[in-house]
Parts: sequence; C-alpha cells; structure tokens
Amino acid sequence: MLLQQVVFYFFAISLIFSASMVIFSRNPVTSALFLVYSFFNSAILWMMLNAEFLSLVLIFVYVGAVMTLFLFVVMMLNIDTETLRKGFIKHAVLAVGVVIVVLVLMMMAIWTGNLAGLPDIQAPANYSNTHALGNELYTHYVYAFELSAMLLLVAIISAISLSHHKPKRKTQNISSQVDAKPKDRVHLINMSSEKKV
Amino acid sequence: MTLSAYLIVSSILFGLAIAGMVINRKNLILLLMCIELMLLSVNTNFIAFSHFSGNLQGQLFVFFILTVAAAEATIGLAILMVFFRRQHTISVQEMNSLKG
Repeated sequence: MLLQQVVFYFFAISLIFSASMVIFSRNPVTSALFLVYSFFNSAILWMMLNAEFLSLVLIFVYVGAVMTLFLFVVMMLNIDTETLRKGFIKHAVLAVGVVIVVLVLMMMAIWTGNLAGLPDIQAPANYSNTHALGNELYTHYVYAFELSAMLLLVAIISAISLSHHKPKRKTQNISSQVDAKPKDRVHLINMSSEKKV
Repeated sequence: MTLSAYLIVSSILFGLAIAGMVINRKNLILLLMCIELMLLSVNTNFIAFSHFSGNLQGQLFVFFILTVAAAEATIGLAILMVFFRRQHTISVQEMNSLKG
C-alpha cells in the first residue's frame, strides 16, 4: 500500500510539474516535449487505476501519432515567439485569478461530495482489461464504435483537403496530344531573303 | 489511493490548462496544447470514477473521447497550417479577416 502511495505521489507531482512547464516554457518545441512527458505520467496514473488498455493507447496513439504531428507542425512553422508573448505578465495576473476561482469550485465539489466511502479494489491477477473493454464495446456500443471510425475517416479527408497544395503537376494530357494538328505545332512564315548592304 | 486524490490531481491539471489558455492567448499552437491537457484531466476523472464505482462505462467514454480528440487535433493543426500559410503568423489576434 505504501509503495502504491509513493508511486502515485511521485507521478502526480511530476505530472503537475510537466503541465506547468507546458504553459510557461518559452519555446513551443519544449512545450510539446513536456506535453509528451505529461502524457506518460498520466498513463502511469491510469495504469494504477486498472485501465491498462487505455493507458497504453494513450502512449501509442497520442504520443506516437498526435504529438508527433504537433512537433512536425511546430518545427515546420517559423514562429516568432517573442511577439506572441507580449503581455505575458499582465495576463498571468488574470490567469492566477481564474485558476483560483476554478480550483476553489472544484475542491468544494470534491470535499462536499462524500467520496471517501468508495473502496480502491485492485483487480484479480487474471483480469484482462482489454478483454472486458472489448466485450463491452462490441456488445453495447457497436454503433458508437462504427461512428467513431467514420469520424476518423472524415477527419483524415478534411485534414488532407485543407492542407493539400494544388500543385502544378507535370502530367500528360492525352486528349490534347491526340487533338494536336500540325499547324498548331509548326508555323511556316513567308519571309523575303535579306540583301547584303 | 482514494478517489479524492485522483480528482484533486485532475482538477489541478484542468486549472493549469485554463491558466495556459489565459496566459498564452495569442499563441494558437499553445492553445491547442492546453486543450489537450484539459482533455487529459477530464479523461483522468472519467477513469478514476470508472475504477472506483466498478464499471467500465467511464473507460469506454474515454476511448471515444480519445478518438474525437485525435480528430480534433488533426483538423486544428490543418487549419493552423492553412492560416500560417496565408497570414505568416499564428497569433489569434490576427484572426479577424471574417470580421464585418
């Protein structure tokens, strides 16, 4: 039990540290890398909550695909960060106020929620989270699953069509080649010969 | 660990994400990253409740949230690329070309 608490507090503090580094770091690449780190930390917290499948999906899909996309975009754009950070201090005061209000509201909800009675039951050794999740998913949520697949397809198509340049391709236009007449290609000009001066 | 511990961690994470949105309100790419942080804290909440109440619906919801968040991040970054190509900046303040 003690080991579990040590692991929890270590990764929770590490998660909060990396989240604040995402916000406060000057370089967007550093922010993206700290976001990756916070995903890893919260994957470990999810692992402690017996959500093994989702925590691995978070690492594989999120860190492997989405954050790579973020890093690519950050590196492709040549961002002038200094003008973007104007008014940082002025906004920081406002941010602290907003955060205090939000945190007080949430803490009040947590303290008055009477949540202490729920037990932390660790699953038995032969419990397979992936099996249980797949069982539930394909039994009760098949339509939602198919719909999310459609959603991903729509996202692919829209992302490609948004960011795709219309290039000037050097391709053959066969019908115009067949339609070409000799008079389109060669012009014969009648021209009097030059006389020597 | 108790449920409150997880809820406190995720609410601190949510608060940090809101602070990031207020501080970096000009930088569009950091706004997208703060949205990712918010989704992460919400997902942690869902998984914590799912574990402590002993059913799997919360984890399934997180599954769908991850799907939608991946789609959202992709389209958001595509829009960001198009915007940067047009305006050569990613400042949110410059996003007023549709203003009447």
